[in-house]
Amino acid sequence: MDYQSIRKKIIDIIAEIAIDEDLSNLDDNIRLREQLDMDSMDFLDVVMELKKRYKIEVPTEDYMKLATLKSCIEYLGPKFALSPA
Amino acid sequence: MKHSSKTRVVITGVGLTAPNANNLKDFREALLSQKSGITEMDVRYMGKVAVGNCNFDEFLYQKKKMRRRGTRAGSISIYCAHEALIDSGLSADALVKDRTGIYLGITEHGNVETENEIYELHENKLDAGLWSHHHNPRTVANAPAGEVSLNLGITGPTYTIGAACAAGNIGIIHGMQMLQLDEVDLALAGGVSESTGTFGIFAGFKSQGALGSHEDPTKASRPLDVDRNGIVVSEGGAVFVLERLEDALKRGAKIYGEIAGYHINSDAADFVLPDTQRQIECMNAAMAKAKITASDIDIVNLHATGTTSGDINESEAVRAVFGQSDNTYINCTKGFIGHAMGAAGALELAGNLPSFTDGKIHSCKMIENVDPKCGMKNLVNGEPVEKDVRYILSNSFGMLGINSILIIKKYQP
Repeated sequence: MDYQSIRKKIIDIIAEIAIDEDLSNLDDNIRLREQLDMDSMDFLDVVMELKKRYKIEVPTEDYMKLATLKSCIEYLGPKFALSPA
Repeated sequence: MKHSSKTRVVITGVGLTAPNANNLKDFREALLSQKSGITEMDVRYMGKVAVGNCNFDEFLYQKKKMRRRGTRAGSISIYCAHEALIDSGLSADALVKDRTGIYLGITEHGNVETENEIYELHENKLDAGLWSHHHNPRTVANAPAGEVSLNLGITGPTYTIGAACAAGNIGIIHGMQMLQLDEVDLALAGGVSESTGTFGIFAGFKSQGALGSHEDPTKASRPLDVDRNGIVVSEGGAVFVLERLEDALKRGAKIYGEIAGYHINSDAADFVLPDTQRQIECMNAAMAKAKITASDIDIVNLHATGTTSGDINESEAVRAVFGQSDNTYINCTKGFIGHAMGAAGALELAGNLPSFTDGKIHSCKMIENVDPKCGMKNLVNGEPVEKDVRYILSNSFGMLGINSILIIKKYQP
């Protein structure tokens, strides 16, 4: 799965969680928290949606890897490749 | 201490959502014009059930994200709190946040979230890993008040009060007490319910033989009618701005009424059946606190839920206390809006408050055949009654035998 496809899947999840936010100009290299009004509960929502939609597990010690869109894509890329969904 | 139980506390703002209105003006008009808010809804495993759902704009005062994160009861509470503050002429930004309290009566809280999550879990083949991290913050009993606190940035004491269907009155009583104790300078107090979001409450009343139904849903809630067959479950909320009289006068606030008396007691008798004697004692104790007698009361707003025994017990109690008073008129509200559980007492008081200014007593929703066992002198049935109203007494009773009475007086300097 290519970069843009994974990016879209992640943005789709964030769109459902950060409902009030404009996601059209996100910078992939800047921490999501610095660009969006997102807190720890929101990131748990992201983790939960990955589990629900794609059966992707993100262990607690890897939460830091969801900090930016770029780090999300790099970290989740191999997991999406193995996802049965 | 600067203040005491003699400190006068007044209502200076009202915010509400009911199945038939989303503000006090519309609610009053609905009650005066016999407008029902009861409709039908599909409830899982049960099919169509009569229900009272509200139709306010959830996003008027709340971000979508916070609504998604929170609860329906929280959303109702936030709407009502904002509306009450606006009505009182107070700016939310100008509140002294650590001297403001929130006290919301609830019948129950957390059932909606828990039941729906278990349903989802079942639908997802019992994968417990999908249980939401939102479960705990959504189901803690203080959630509705806490959501208001977060939304408005209120840092004073904020919590809910669990008191079954007597809770709406008790939220208001507690708000008054916190002002008298000088714990806060402003209280947002009332009651709230999200109960229509759960299958369990409908099914529970049905199993008890106490779920109201009718082919015309607007006739499903029929308190005092000989053909009544139970409770119509509703959601809703009413929040009042309470202030000490001196503070309200200082800022030139509009005053809806003064809390003149109250009482809370318990039956210690039965899980669900009411107790006439304790209700009598509760009404008498409230009037004693207000230093008035039965003939001073202009309106008794009944709890009257539409159950067979509840309505009879309460009618007996009211006849015993007010049977000799020609001045006292009796009405009830649940025929229009169903039983809004923790919000019921607060909503029903709100619906009667305008009597002080418009000089009318709203009728019960037209009772076609009054149960002879529920007959009461001066029962307002059909058209509103024109009357100069000085005192309103509002009954609210709940399961496990909790009774709460509130007496509101027309403000006079």
